[in-house]
Amino acid sequence: MAREVLSGDYAQSYAAKLARVDVVAAYPITPQTSIVEKLADLVVTGALRAQYIKVESEHSALQACVSASALGARAYTATSSQGLLLMHELLHWASGMRTPVVMGVANRAVAAPWSIDVDHADSMSQRDTGWIQFYAESNQEVLDTVLAAFRLSEDEAVRLPSMVAMDAFYLTHTVEPVDVPEQADVDRFLPPRSKVGTLDPHRPTRLGSFTSPEHYTEFRHAVASASKAAAQLAPTVEEEYARIVGRDLGGPLPRYLTDDADAILVTMGTATTTARSTVDALRAEGRKVGLAKLRRFRPFPSEEVRALGRTGARIGVLDRSFTYGAAGAAATEVMAALYAASPRPLVRSFVAGLGGRDITPALVRSLYRHLLEEEGPEVVWADLKVPPGEATAEALHG
Amino acid sequence: MTAGLASPLPPPIDTPLATVPSDTLTTASWRTFRPVIDRGLCTRCNLCWKFCPDIALELDAEGYPVLREAFCKGCGICAVECPPKAIVMEKEV
Repeated sequence: MAREVLSGDYAQSYAAKLARVDVVAAYPITPQTSIVEKLADLVVTGALRAQYIKVESEHSALQACVSASALGARAYTATSSQGLLLMHELLHWASGMRTPVVMGVANRAVAAPWSIDVDHADSMSQRDTGWIQFYAESNQEVLDTVLAAFRLSEDEAVRLPSMVAMDAFYLTHTVEPVDVPEQADVDRFLPPRSKVGTLDPHRPTRLGSFTSPEHYTEFRHAVASASKAAAQLAPTVEEEYARIVGRDLGGPLPRYLTDDADAILVTMGTATTTARSTVDALRAEGRKVGLAKLRRFRPFPSEEVRALGRTGARIGVLDRSFTYGAAGAAATEVMAALYAASPRPLVRSFVAGLGGRDITPALVRSLYRHLLEEEGPEVVWADLKVPPGEATAEALHG
Repeated sequence: MTAGLASPLPPPIDTPLATVPSDTLTTASWRTFRPVIDRGLCTRCNLCWKFCPDIALELDAEGYPVLREAFCKGCGICAVECPPKAIVMEKEV
């Protein structure tokens, strides 16, 4: 194990290299670009034996990966924001064709208005594409999760693609020490891909072509079953990773000081780090608060959320995106998972940190205060500068 | 679930693989207009063949375009692209 100082982007690149990917195809977009720049460098210097396919768009990048994966190759791509939106059609193809592509996503706000800063709307709006989705808190977690994602995605019972998302700039361009596993250990953890369900050029078949109503539902149901299988297999994959590489990924919803908590905040990505230090500060002041990190959004860890609900604490879900006309996407999922809980805990949807706005310890404190002391609205835009009541045409346009 | 199995190793039942060649499935019965090719005007430039988005034109031994009626949707791109205007779109009856 070598300790290196890596950005989140490079943690993705080195994870792909350790996974011995056969094919990389990607199109540059800030703040993802340095992932594939590094991979291009590794390929051209011979450090990684892979096909690096240059393409004209993200749509083609994912198409190249899906096609390679359909033939049994281990394929990796990375993108962000508008690029992920452009891939949307192919996201559905990838899961429907059961191609276990792994993709790094640099979570960046989507236009309009234009922004390059952190926000989860890009990947959260891909919720229903059949992809497994992980959200990382640190660069170490980025590297470990990419490797675990390949293993989970490629399992014969799963064969679904995964995206490993990380916050723009906070992770993508911030360097921190990362333990890079030995290649031999990764090889033991991640053997070459099974050929089950892959195409054979010597026995031509059509994959994903026109399907009548007689069969379509069953293929969709197969994706649903595979997604369920991914949730069931994930603990085994993580145990294997811990046994071989020596790090525990913590499951889909790692908890921090939740057992006796009166209020629990559910966070995703780097906001977790801020929230954890705020929990420590509040605990020192005698406030019983806790934290749960939503590491995996799809398949959604409903059972783990129900277990969290059984603590009896009030639960706030901090989303860095918004589902218009509803609430934060993670919040609606948490609420849905707890619907049948008895007693059903109070759940609030907090929206903050959009388009790179900083999620500060003071903001996190205000969320816990809101949970502990108020019966306020179900959805709170916690860091909004203009209160909605004052956002009149007069206020906006003078 | 998998249509038309002929492969010695059947694909997994949850993968949408089919072994029936796509040219056995006709896809253009609903066409409204059909391209009609005037071989007298055709210069065999093959632009129609290149532009056809559905590989519904093939070239005969002399290099003239021949319509594959089972696949042509009648989009008319060939007629628009044809430099000598040797292709006209005629309404199906």
